[in-house]
Amino acid sequence: MTKEFWRWKEYNWKDESKDWKKAKIITAGVDVGSVSSKAAIMIDGELYAFNLTRTGSDSPKSAQNAIDGAMDGTGLKLDNIQYVVGTGYGRVNIPFAKKAITEIACHARGANHIWGKTVRTVLDMGGQDCKAIKCDERGKVTAFLMNDKCAAGTGRGMEVFADLLSVSIEEMGDLSLTVDQEPEPVSSTCVVFAKSEALGLLRQGWPKEKVIAAYSSAMAHRVVTLLEKIGVEKDFVITGGISKNSGVVKRLENELKIKALPGSDKFDPQLAGAIGGALFAKALIEKSKYKLEFGNWRLENAYKNIS
Amino acid sequence: MLAHYGYKDGSGDFFITIDTDKCNACGDCVVACPVQVLEMVEDEGDPFREILMAAVTEEHRKKIKYSCALCKPTANRPALPCVASCKAGAIRHSW
Ligand code: SF4
Ligand code: SF4
Repeated sequence: MTKEFWRWKEYNWKDESKDWKKAKIITAGVDVGSVSSKAAIMIDGELYAFNLTRTGSDSPKSAQNAIDGAMDGTGLKLDNIQYVVGTGYGRVNIPFAKKAITEIACHARGANHIWGKTVRTVLDMGGQDCKAIKCDERGKVTAFLMNDKCAAGTGRGMEVFADLLSVSIEEMGDLSLTVDQEPEPVSSTCVVFAKSEALGLLRQGWPKEKVIAAYSSAMAHRVVTLLEKIGVEKDFVITGGISKNSGVVKRLENELKIKALPGSDKFDPQLAGAIGGALFAKALIEKSKYKLEFGNWRLENAYKNIS
Repeated sequence: MLAHYGYKDGSGDFFITIDTDKCNACGDCVVACPVQVLEMVEDEGDPFREILMAAVTEEHRKKIKYSCALCKPTANRPALPCVASCKAGAIRHSW
């Protein structure tokens, strides 16, 4: 079998120190993106298990795979999860989700949980689009902007390049940083055009790392123009698959002259949307309880970490 | 919340911005737009907000410059129907 260079690592994780049987509230967020599907299971508002997998041809199946992988080895069944929120591109097509919430809201909420309440700007660089989001100290969105024009300059584009150049997707970033001198960015970030442009450069004798560098800086530049529209404020964080590509992140930081907070060891930044979804799920349970008990639930509660 | 819909390309900045702090979900802009660029959706940034907000449809986000071209002749541009219909002053165009 030929090596599939684009293939990134699919994996799952669970917190062995926690016991879901003792939890009061078990919720999940399932984020079905165009390229990857993520499921995060939280118990009493803390991350308990997650799974990161490739999105297949249909959303319901991808969502099921994602949640099955997260539950794997925990003894949990879907019935034990009290509330599932669906998010991402395939969010309206997740049969077991009680509610669909936009990835804009979920990424902001998730970033607030992962990095803390000082986060003001979230850049989500996903498989097929990219979003700039601003939020307040509660992780509530104050402004957003989506790149809707072209599906390029994104995770999927990077995968195409990995395959084209026979470089594994995980090495693309570091390899692109080995160039002595930064080449001119490729003029096009549209996958199809960038691909033929890259082939042209290879034929001219450009080494791989230089081609990747040119593509990465084109991608970074494109995103910076987006961010400038809404204005970047610190703390700045990057979520989504491309956040793991050091080559794009470094070039982006250089152009913005702002550093992104480093990813934490505890949370994979690709999970922000799923985590945000699981937190909203918890808030939704609390909302219905509050309504029953007090008849009046303040919207503010949704953004608080009530434990 | 400021929701920006549209894009930036070589020829300029093409964004419609909805200020959800002002939008009261009356729906007047949706009716006023001759080419169905706008629709009412659940709040895209706040799942707990009880009222809808105006948004640019997915179909038009990628081609907003062309979708709105009829309302924007180069000379003697009249008031934009969407902006004029919004008493709350929640809609802005970047071009
Ligand atoms: S007319 Fe203004 S207030 Fe009414 S829905 Fe449209 S944007 Fe909102
Ligand atoms: S400018 Fe015209 S076409 Fe564009 S949204 Fe407003 S009313 Fe619709």
